[in-house]
Amino acid sequence: MPTTRTDRLDIRSSDDVVKVRQQTRTMAVEAGLSLVDQTKIITAASELARNTLDYGGGGEMRLEVVEDGGRRGVRLTFEDRGPGIADIAQAMRDGFTTGSGLGLGLGGAKRLSNEFSIDSKPGIGTKIMIARWKA
Amino acid sequence: MDRIPILKLGKALLVTIQVDMHDRLATALEEDLTAKIVAVGAKGVLIDISALEIVDSFIGRMLDNIAAVSRILDADTVVVGMRPAVAITLVELGLSLSGVKTALNVERGMALIQSRLEQFDADDED
Repeated sequence: MPTTRTDRLDIRSSDDVVKVRQQTRTMAVEAGLSLVDQTKIITAASELARNTLDYGGGGEMRLEVVEDGGRRGVRLTFEDRGPGIADIAQAMRDGFTTGSGLGLGLGGAKRLSNEFSIDSKPGIGTKIMIARWKA
Repeated sequence: MDRIPILKLGKALLVTIQVDMHDRLATALEEDLTAKIVAVGAKGVLIDISALEIVDSFIGRMLDNIAAVSRILDADTVVVGMRPAVAITLVELGLSLSGVKTALNVERGMALIQSRLEQFDADDED
């Protein structure tokens, strides 16, 4: 799947979460997403960036404008070297949290995306990829 | 640190969120509003989010908290101006803001608060 543009952002503070939202918006506009789709992917990015910060101890995000058979979209990959998630199914459930949040981040981000994948190993870290395609 | 300004309009407080809030700013607003409700004896809080391009679970929780705390302090919170795309996204995210009163715009939100104030005044006269 060809990538037409790539960017990287560090996620180390809550100011970086704001930058994640702004940069995601730029990419979503470039990919030609509708306003509702932009709003969804930006919101999902905000949830995942905060998870990276709060649970992963910080990390980084890769943003790509991707093309696949003529359709365009945005793909975001969040990676941290935090404690990892022991039980992914449990972490995906709405309302489950090990912190002080609402427990909507992972499940919500999945619902707001067209593609979602998660790879997490206890003691090594977590990698989450989401994508939203132009309708 | 930046603060979001809180305006006093009679017995109501008006907050217009015009920036993309980082989490500390949102938390500070929650604390400032609570203090101000008590300081001025506010009966209503109007929060205009028409400039917000997204509401994620953190900001949604902040709005819920403000509404819950102000209710305990005898003030009504009305959130106004939510963009349609934001509303669609919030529901899909799993947040319905069930504890928060909403209105389409500032005018209708003010009317909601005003009707409560009038009832409050009428009760006072009894």
